[in-house]
Amino acid sequence: MKNIAFGQYYPAHSPLHAMDARMKVILSVLYIVAAFLCKNVLAFGALLVSAAVLLILSRIPARIVLRSLRPLFFIMLFTAVLNLFFATGTSVLVSFWRITIYVEGVYSAVFMLVRIIVLIFGTSIFLTYTTTPIALTDAIESLLSPLRLIRFPAHEFAMMMSIALRFIPTLMEETSKIMNAQKARGVDFSSGGLVKRAKALVPILIPLIVSSVRRADELAMAMECRCYRGGKGRTKMKVSHLRIGDFAALACMIAFGATLLYLNHRGIGYTM
Amino acid sequence: MMKEPFIHTKDLCYSYSDENGLQQPVLRGITLDIAKGEYVAILGHNGSGKSTLAKLFNMILEPDSGELFVAGQDLTSPTLTEDDFYALRRQVGMVFQNPDNQLVATIVEDDVAFGPENLGVPSAEIRARVDAALATVGMTSYARHEPHRLSGGQKQRVAIAGILAMEPNCIILDEATAMLDPSGRKEVIETVEALNREKGITVLSITHYMNEAARADRVIVIDDGVVIMDGTPREVFADPARLLAAGLDVPQCTSLVHALRAEGVALEGDPVTVEECADLICRALEVI
Ligand SMILES: Nc1ncnc2c1ncn2[C@@H]1O[C@H](COP(=O)(O)OP(=O)(O)O)[C@@H](O)[C@H]1O
Ligand SMILES: [Mg+2]
Repeated sequence: MKNIAFGQYYPAHSPLHAMDARMKVILSVLYIVAAFLCKNVLAFGALLVSAAVLLILSRIPARIVLRSLRPLFFIMLFTAVLNLFFATGTSVLVSFWRITIYVEGVYSAVFMLVRIIVLIFGTSIFLTYTTTPIALTDAIESLLSPLRLIRFPAHEFAMMMSIALRFIPTLMEETSKIMNAQKARGVDFSSGGLVKRAKALVPILIPLIVSSVRRADELAMAMECRCYRGGKGRTKMKVSHLRIGDFAALACMIAFGATLLYLNHRGIGYTM
Repeated sequence: MMKEPFIHTKDLCYSYSDENGLQQPVLRGITLDIAKGEYVAILGHNGSGKSTLAKLFNMILEPDSGELFVAGQDLTSPTLTEDDFYALRRQVGMVFQNPDNQLVATIVEDDVAFGPENLGVPSAEIRARVDAALATVGMTSYARHEPHRLSGGQKQRVAIAGILAMEPNCIILDEATAMLDPSGRKEVIETVEALNREKGITVLSITHYMNEAARADRVIVIDDGVVIMDGTPREVFADPARLLAAGLDVPQCTSLVHALRAEGVALEGDPVTVEECADLICRALEVI
């Protein structure tokens, strides 16, 4: 229960781990754009190769990154099936009963699948496996800070995220304590229909909400006692600096995008 | 030698307004002087106003009436600015009861850095302060751990480090040991005592544990918003009847000595620690 989405940072020494978190956020946005640029077999092939290169650069075991695909398995299957059966085209591959599968359908199913896999791979390598949550929130704060001009509360937003990250494990622990306490009082969480099970959650949620409100109150006071007064005049212990390597990575990403655009025109086979 | 008091209050009053807008007086005229470098325990039953008093000392709450000086600042002065508040809170750090609800960051060292970051201290100096503070509380090897994986005593030590990194003159512990197991309690008390002895930091420890209070230089008992007893642990614990009337316990050794005396055993003096008590009883046995 402890390792949902957040505890996935994989400590290692790699160029990607060493990269400035702000650059990693930018690169992952660009990588998403790149994945949507691809239009034909060559471009998608290059995209797959790039995902493999990222994986090697990150020095994270492939099976660990592959695990991040599991929760999205059904979405992937659904997308592939939808494309396979409903894409229309000119060259029929097989036709049976009332279903016709076109060659184009096969292409687009495979393309969509590759796109989803690469998107998950790319963003999780850049943002979750090689970047600590705290570095990520700092990066988001820094990248959003120009928006302060239009009064967007960049610092508050990042502070909220990092406090949420801090308290997720605490609240998980508390949830399991409350569940055990309610089980000891005879509440049954694991039988009955949907409505009955949903009702059984009420005695968990109410104490959890009450205690969260109290925690928030105490935390706010503790923060005030430690001189917290928002982002104004605040410094940071850990300041990260953009280095030449970070800009080189940006240049590589842009070159990669340009290559994809070029490959789109050298197309063989089906073009999306 | 009369030292300049770090905290001075005279007839200090405070009331909360309840949901009907009525004033509920909580502090009804507190008069105290606490010297620099003193180690003071504050006792009082639940709801007697101890936490409220502590919150007045670092300007979380503002007094209704009376005098209040902390670190040479008049806290009732109408000319105080927001900057003065923060300057005061830097000097008077607070450790609260629930260790989970006062740690802000996901990594121990980042949490310790939170205070100095808020104060706008330059990065390199924050690093130095954080390392020094963690070393002082003996948590250096946990610098990169996640707070939720630490024990209660360790979390409280991190909270103390977070305050030390602001370079305070005074630390207020508001029942900081109440949620800890005996070993965690010992860790925290020993840390705080060392700070008081070695760095001369003024310590106000609000507690329910008489054995903790017995280790302080001075004990103040608050009942119903007024100070009813104020003196060395020996003086305060010499009067168990008044402590019981204020809804408090008496340290085990004190009640043992009083019970023995009531049975006609001749015992001299008022021991406050277990060792003193054992010595006293041994001496009495030798006489017999
Ligand atoms: N925020 C508040 N609003 C209203 N009443 C409060 C508030 N905080 C405390 N009180 C009341 O003030 C009294 C003293 O509280 P407190 O200072 O927390 O006592 P102690 O710390 O000695 O247990 C209690 O009766 C409590 O109900
Ligand atoms: Mg209290």
